[in-house]
Amino acid sequence: MEQEKQKAALNLSLVMGDNALILGHRLSEWCGHGPILEQDIALSNIALDLIGQARLWLSHAGKLQGGKSEDDLAYHRDVFDFHNFQMVETPNGHWGKTLLRQFLYDAWHHAMLQKLVLAQDEDIAGIARKSLKEVNYHLRWSSEWVIRLGDGTEESAAKMQDAYADVWPYVGELLQKDFWLKELDQWIPGFTADEILAQWWKTVREVFSQANLPAEPMDWLYRKGHLGHHTEHLGFILAEMQFLPRAYPDATW
Amino acid sequence: MSNQNWPLFEVFIRSKNGLSHKHVGSLHAADAAMAIENARDVYCRRNEGVSIWVVPSTQIVASDPEDAEALYEPAKDKIYRHPTFYTVPDEVGHM
Repeated sequence: MEQEKQKAALNLSLVMGDNALILGHRLSEWCGHGPILEQDIALSNIALDLIGQARLWLSHAGKLQGGKSEDDLAYHRDVFDFHNFQMVETPNGHWGKTLLRQFLYDAWHHAMLQKLVLAQDEDIAGIARKSLKEVNYHLRWSSEWVIRLGDGTEESAAKMQDAYADVWPYVGELLQKDFWLKELDQWIPGFTADEILAQWWKTVREVFSQANLPAEPMDWLYRKGHLGHHTEHLGFILAEMQFLPRAYPDATW
Repeated sequence: MSNQNWPLFEVFIRSKNGLSHKHVGSLHAADAAMAIENARDVYCRRNEGVSIWVVPSTQIVASDPEDAEALYEPAKDKIYRHPTFYTVPDEVGHM
């Protein structure tokens, strides 16, 4: 039992940590390119929040794997060992697409953290408590943007429809009740995958109804980013992200 | 980067409870709600505050620099208006 629990904690930490790391990296690509200075900083702040959370999750995952460091996990794994959803590695596209992807992830992230704070495992509950404060704001910010753009001008509404066509097919992976999500109900009181997903749908329906976007399930492809099956995009992200520590292993700040 | 048509807001931050809001700068936003969020993101990244006010810059009424002589000069030679002869107890804190 104890061993199973540890395995579930490791899976959870890798999924949460890798999603935060890869999405944080994607958002950091906007730094200096935001549509206006104020939003450039807003998105960079969120990127930094996510990288900070990735450090906590990956440090914890490293500990569970017998003393690896957060850097070992971030910089010395290859594509097949990453457990992030395919959605977060998709290219940023335009501002509306980045924001829609962000909102769909934030809604999931928020629903997850609200339950993870109840975990009996103090490490996990602690990381979740700290993250939840940040993600409250992320979700509020991205929700408002999705509504503004979806219900904005003709041009912004059309761009949001494009973004929807790009991003929605990837959403299915967040909603799969796979092993790693199911296992959690064994050791987190009150945790059920169904509840997380219901919360996600509730948030998405609320925002989409104001943003003139359809919140309908589709015949989603079974995506396995969380099992290490990725799109071509992740390799390019890792090449950029991992180059420095691999080429200069002794580099320090 | 562009800021086409987005109005300017002045930002005031209260650094801690008990102190008053201080002007810290200005920013562009589509409306007041976005201005609050932008202010949080631009001016509160390093623990600067516990409360934010934003005011549309067009709503600020300012004194005319041309009037400076009439408005401020007369106070300069009236030192008896400064309560410098009192000692303020430490416990009073901010005045």
